[in-house]
Amino acid sequence: MTEVAGATPAGNPWLTGSRWRALFRDTPVIPLIVLLAFLVVLSELVRPGIVNPSWVAVIIRFAIPLAILAACQTLTMLTGGIDLSVAAVASMTGFFVATLVGDFGLGAAIVIALLAAALAGLVNGIGVGVFRVHPLIMTLGMGLIVLGLANVWQVQRVQTGAGVPLEFRSLGAGNFVGVVPNSVLLFLPLAALILLGLHRTGYGRLLYAIGDNPVAARLSGVKAWQVLIVLYVISAVLAGVAGFIYAGVTNTASVSLVDSNLLPSVAAAVIGGTSILGGRGGFGGTIVGSVILVVVISLLNSLGYPDAVRQVLFGSILVIVAAAYTRVTGES
Amino acid sequence: MSAASDSLDQQRVRPGDVVSAWVRNNGWALGLIGFLAILLVFTKIILPTYGAPGVQGLAISVLPLALAAVAQAIVVISGGIDLSIGSMMAVTSSLSAVWMRGQSEEMSIVIVLGVILIGLLLGVINGTLVVLTRVPDIVVTLAMLFVWAGVALLVLRTPGGESADWLRNLVLGSIGNEWIPKAGVVLLLVVGIIWLPIRRSKLGLSLYAVGSNSLAAFRSGVSVSRTKVIAYMLTGLFSALAGISLTASTGIGLPVPGDYTLLSVAAVVLGGVSLAGGRGGVLGPIIGVVILALLRNDMAFLRINTHYATVAQGMILVGVVMVGTLIQLRRSRS
Repeated sequence: MTEVAGATPAGNPWLTGSRWRALFRDTPVIPLIVLLAFLVVLSELVRPGIVNPSWVAVIIRFAIPLAILAACQTLTMLTGGIDLSVAAVASMTGFFVATLVGDFGLGAAIVIALLAAALAGLVNGIGVGVFRVHPLIMTLGMGLIVLGLANVWQVQRVQTGAGVPLEFRSLGAGNFVGVVPNSVLLFLPLAALILLGLHRTGYGRLLYAIGDNPVAARLSGVKAWQVLIVLYVISAVLAGVAGFIYAGVTNTASVSLVDSNLLPSVAAAVIGGTSILGGRGGFGGTIVGSVILVVVISLLNSLGYPDAVRQVLFGSILVIVAAAYTRVTGES
Repeated sequence: MSAASDSLDQQRVRPGDVVSAWVRNNGWALGLIGFLAILLVFTKIILPTYGAPGVQGLAISVLPLALAAVAQAIVVISGGIDLSIGSMMAVTSSLSAVWMRGQSEEMSIVIVLGVILIGLLLGVINGTLVVLTRVPDIVVTLAMLFVWAGVALLVLRTPGGESADWLRNLVLGSIGNEWIPKAGVVLLLVVGIIWLPIRRSKLGLSLYAVGSNSLAAFRSGVSVSRTKVIAYMLTGLFSALAGISLTASTGIGLPVPGDYTLLSVAAVVLGGVSLAGGRGGVLGPIIGVVILALLRNDMAFLRINTHYATVAQGMILVGVVMVGTLIQLRRSRS
């Protein structure tokens, strides 16, 4: 790209004047890592000594489930959609396993919970892909349905008591080799799978194609409804896995456990450079975006600001980062 | 239900044509009214004692969400979406309750007007950010959701403050006949006085034009940026009214109100407003809110687990939208 620009400087001044711009647009991970490094340095300056291995472990522990939830948003946003049912699905799977593990054992409980999640995703996919319901509405409605059903289940099971299985607590809050969180062992293969799936498989290309230009995708023979059904099932199962980790991190099983992470998951994907309009973005940026969000929250916490000020700053940062993206990429 | 047909209606046409055009343009809202009527009959059957007090309670409970739905409808019609409505309601509800604490009745009128102005200001800030940053509306307002929620908590840490008596009396009880709840009258008056004149004016036409095709609107001489900012301003105005009505109906300020934002999106879509913009009105969303609330009441009367009401809301939302999309697809094919 740079050679082309260098060859015709007069013909395309915008490109030559903006090599940096092109670099940022094509690999948003680089400026994001710079931003992350800046935030870490800022944290250290504000609270000297705060940046140590255990701080890093805490950040990673909270960033991983957020990054998995944000993966759901990234994948659906690539096709121009969104998945607002992830919080309800994630809470539901964590709660299901906690209530079922006593009767069925851990393995069966996990399978049942993930099957329930996949079912919710299947209905989402059919609604979006076949019936062409707007993804915002479809997944919002599905979130209500899942939340309601999980509540009904909670009322049924209230006497038996619920406990988060020890394995989940170890997954969410445990460490190995001293400081490395156990959830890394789950996250690394999962992230590799998503990254490879997006960039090295035909299915990943189809997601970009549908989001970039649905008409062109249809004319070149893409059966969008099939792609979308599979996509929303994947999204729901990922949300289910995130639910296990959230249950472990907090050691609570509640049907509204993950609710407060729904909008941050969208924010993490947006900060990571995925366009909500579809066709642009990737999971690499989303991972860094999730870490940035968790570091920002930790930084605001360590400054001792009340919750109110934290929310104001959090929102402002989100606007500024999104605006910077739009400036740099020149997209409207 | 495009604004263009309204201006045609003003030309010399036969009354019959006007009626049939109105029916055609408001078919969705009429269908919802029919559904609501059936639901009311059903309510009367399952609870024979359901009467005026029930209707009054229903009107008071739906007033804040109905105003929030109107707020959302206006911005969605103009091609945007506002996820910060719930937070703006929190700001205005808290402000009005804090400022009215211990004030005289006369002073509280000034306070209510001031809070409405602040709602306008919040909306202008949202709209200006959307226009200036060129970031998609949903992202900007998602960020502002956090900002305004924080501001609300700065104003009022926990639910508190108080509402002036006249404000409470404005929405509680009935007027004239016991079957006419004040809250319903207030809702219709507010919407009638503020929204209808705008919709009939050039501004209303611009809002619909920008929503259905902003490039075409721009080329026909509509200032797209200004129209968008005005749309967000109106949304801020109705969010402020919704926040004030929250204070009026509960008697205190709520810095963390319920899930009004996403419910307002649901009500708007249920009410026949296209999320793509440019189509729909505010009547449909209002009826949609009433239907959702009445369903919840009915389930309580039937002693059905209230959580099934959440399930039913989700299913109705999805089901109605599916039917609507199918009708649209069939229309566009024929």
